[in-house]
Amino acid sequence: MPRVRAQWGGAHAVDLNLSDEEQQLVDAFGALYAKESSTERVRAAEPLGHDAELWARLKENGALEMAVDEAHGGWGASLLDLTLVAEQHGRYLGSAPLIEAQVAARLLARLDTAAARSLLEPAISGARLVTVALHPPARGVLSFVPAGAVADDVVFLDGDKVFHAAISDTRSVIKNIGSLPAADINVPADAVELASGDGAARAFDQALDEWMTLVAGALVGMGSRSIEIGVEYVKDRKAFGVPIGSFQAVSHGLADAATAVEGSLLLTREAAWSAAVQPERTPELAALALGFSAEAAGEASYRSLHYHGGYGFMVEYDIQLYWRRAKAWPGQFGEPDAAFARAAAHRLAAIAKEA
Amino acid sequence: MDFRLGENSDAFRAEARAFLDEALTPEVLELMETTGVHHDWDFHRKLVERGWLAPGWPKEFGGQGREPLEVLAFTEEFQRAGAPTYAVGTTLMIANVILRLGTEEQKKLVLPRALGGEIIIVLGFTEPESGSDVAAAQCRAVRDGDEWVINGQKMFTTNAQEADYAFMLTRTNPDVPKHQGLTTFLLPLKQPGVEIRAVHTVSGERTNLTFYTDVRVDDGMRIGEVDGGWDVMTAALTFERSGAHGGESVRLLSEMEHWAATATDDDGRPRGDDPVVRARLGRAAAENEVSTLLARRSAWVQATGGLPGVEGSMAKLFASEAITRQGADFMDMLGPDGLRSHGDPTAIEGGGAEFAFRFALGATTYGGTSEVQRNIIAQRGLGLPRAR
Repeated sequence: MPRVRAQWGGAHAVDLNLSDEEQQLVDAFGALYAKESSTERVRAAEPLGHDAELWARLKENGALEMAVDEAHGGWGASLLDLTLVAEQHGRYLGSAPLIEAQVAARLLARLDTAAARSLLEPAISGARLVTVALHPPARGVLSFVPAGAVADDVVFLDGDKVFHAAISDTRSVIKNIGSLPAADINVPADAVELASGDGAARAFDQALDEWMTLVAGALVGMGSRSIEIGVEYVKDRKAFGVPIGSFQAVSHGLADAATAVEGSLLLTREAAWSAAVQPERTPELAALALGFSAEAAGEASYRSLHYHGGYGFMVEYDIQLYWRRAKAWPGQFGEPDAAFARAAAHRLAAIAKEA
Repeated sequence: MDFRLGENSDAFRAEARAFLDEALTPEVLELMETTGVHHDWDFHRKLVERGWLAPGWPKEFGGQGREPLEVLAFTEEFQRAGAPTYAVGTTLMIANVILRLGTEEQKKLVLPRALGGEIIIVLGFTEPESGSDVAAAQCRAVRDGDEWVINGQKMFTTNAQEADYAFMLTRTNPDVPKHQGLTTFLLPLKQPGVEIRAVHTVSGERTNLTFYTDVRVDDGMRIGEVDGGWDVMTAALTFERSGAHGGESVRLLSEMEHWAATATDDDGRPRGDDPVVRARLGRAAAENEVSTLLARRSAWVQATGGLPGVEGSMAKLFASEAITRQGADFMDMLGPDGLRSHGDPTAIEGGGAEFAFRFALGATTYGGTSEVQRNIIAQRGLGLPRAR
C-alpha cells in the first residue's frame, strides 16, 4: 500500500495507513508472538489453550497496562491500538486470555465504583486474572465463560447489576473444539455487586462491544494467515502435472475468501477507529465486525484446509489449528446471525429515534 | 487512520443530494422504468450545466478538477438514487482513451461535444461469440484506401440508439495470434449499414444487438496503431471507473429497514422485533459497510497515485455478489409478498427486493464477470499461477 499522506477529500479524508506509533506497536507485538507463540507452542498449550510463558511475556510488555486509561493507572491505548495487537494475537493463535483480561480491566475502570477500583489494581498488575462473562447467569450458572478455566475472577451482568465473583471450586473446565480455556461457573452466593442501574448496564454493554471488536481483530489475523497458508500450499502441490493453484476451482475459492478477509480487516479497523471519532456508530460496527469476521475467517480457514486435500484434516498440519479456532472464538458470543441481529437492533433504534 | 471521505467530499455529497432531489424527478424514474433506457438527455445536460458530467476531469475540459474521494462521494449518491448515468460512464471511459491516445483531430472533433453533453459514446467490445475473452473479437475491418470497411456484430451495445459513436474493437489481421490482430475505431453510428436491434434484459434494461454491414469509417477515426488495438483496450479497461459499487444495496437496505421499522405481522408485532428479520438486515448492513470500505480503499489507492487493480476487482466482485445474495434473501424475508413486482402498487417498499433480485444478474456480469475478477485477484493479488 502507498505510504503517502494527503488530504484529497479535505480534512478527515480516508487514510488507511498505520501511523508510525501504530506500526511500532504492530511490529513489537508481532515479534513477541513470533517468538513466544509458534505453532509448536500453540500445540503444546493444548487442550487447555493457556501458555503461561506467553501470558507472562505479554504482561511484562504492558498488555494489561496499555488497555486502561491514564487516570486509572494505565497507558491509555485506544481501542484501535488494542485491535491491532489483537490482529497479531489471532495471527499467531495466542494461547493467552489477552482480550478478556483487557476488556475486564477497561470495564472496571469505566464502572469506577470503589468496589470496581479495588479489583482494578490487581487486574492491571496481573496479580489477579479477571475475565468477563458474555452472557448473564441462567439457573445459577455462567455458561461458557471465556478464559474461565484460568481466571481468578469473573465480572458479569445480571439484570442491571454488574457483579464480581472470585472463581475457586465453582468452575468446571470445558473441553472444546477451539482449545479455549473456557469454563462453566456456578455463581457463588457471595458475589459482590460492583455497580447497578442504567449506567452499569451500559458500561457492561460497551465491554461486550469491545470484546466483539477485539475478537474480530483476532479473526482478521487468523483469516489472513489462513489465506497465506493456503496460497503457499496450492502453489507447491501438484496434481495432473500442474500446481493445483492454477485450477479455477481452487483459485476462485481463495480469491473469494481473501476478498472477505480484506473486507473484515477494513470493517474491524473501522469499528475500532470509530470508538474515538464516531462513538455513536461503535456498537453497530462492533457487532457487524464480529459477525462478518467470523464468517470470513471461517471460510478462509475452511477453504485453505480443504485445498490441502486429506492432509488438511491431519492433526499434523497447522491449518486445522486455525479452522477450529475460527469457529470457536466468536462462537463464545453466539452464531454470526446473533451478532448481525444485535447490529440491526442498533440500526433500527437509530431509525426510530430519527422518526 | 481515517475512514471518512473528508469534509470537501461531504460538502460535495450534500450538493449532489440537493441536485438529485430536484433533477431526478418521478417522471425521469418512471421513464427509465418503462423504457429500460438508463440515459436521459435532459438529465444528462443538467449535469453538464453544473460541470458535473465529469467532475474529476480538469476544468479546461469542462470538469471541476475534483479529487478521487470527492468523485466517490458524488458517485455513491448518484448510485444510491438510481440516476440514469450509464451513458455518462461509457462516454467518459472512451473520452479518456481519446484524451490519452487519440490524435489532435480526434480530440477536437469528439471531446468538446462529449464533455459538452451533445453526444454520447457507447462500447463495442462484446460480440455474440465473445464476452470475457475480449480479444477473441471477430468483427472485421478491412482497409480500402483512406477508409476501412467494417462487417460484423456487437452485443450489449447499450444506448447505441442514442449514440453518435461506438468504440469498436475489430479484427484487422486474422492470421496472427488473437491479441496482435486487433484495431480500434471510433465509428459514427448514424450511417447506412448500421442496424440496431433492441434487446431486453430480465433486469428491465434495454440494450442492443448491433449489426454492421459494409460500414465505412475514415482512417482518421482509428485510435492507436493498426493491429495495436489490444494496447488501446488495455488502457480503456484501466480507465474504467474503479469507484463506487453497491449504491443499489444501500438503497435496498434502507427500504427493508423502513419496512421492519413500520410494518407489523398478523399478530401486531413489529417486524423489526423478529430475530430472523434482524439477522438478515444485519448481514446486509455488514456487506454494505464492507462494499463501501472496499470502494473507498480503491479510491484511496488511486488518490495516492496507485492503480487500484486488485483493489478495484475486490470492490466490484464483493459488491455485486452481495446484492445477488441480498435480492434473494430479502425476497425470502418478505414471504409471498416478496414476489410482487417492482412498481406494482401492492409491492412492499416499491418492490425493491424483487428489483434487486433481477438487477443483480447484470451487476455480476458487466464491467468484467465475477469469474474475471476472481482471476485477477488470484493471479495479481495472491500470486497464484495463471488460471486453467
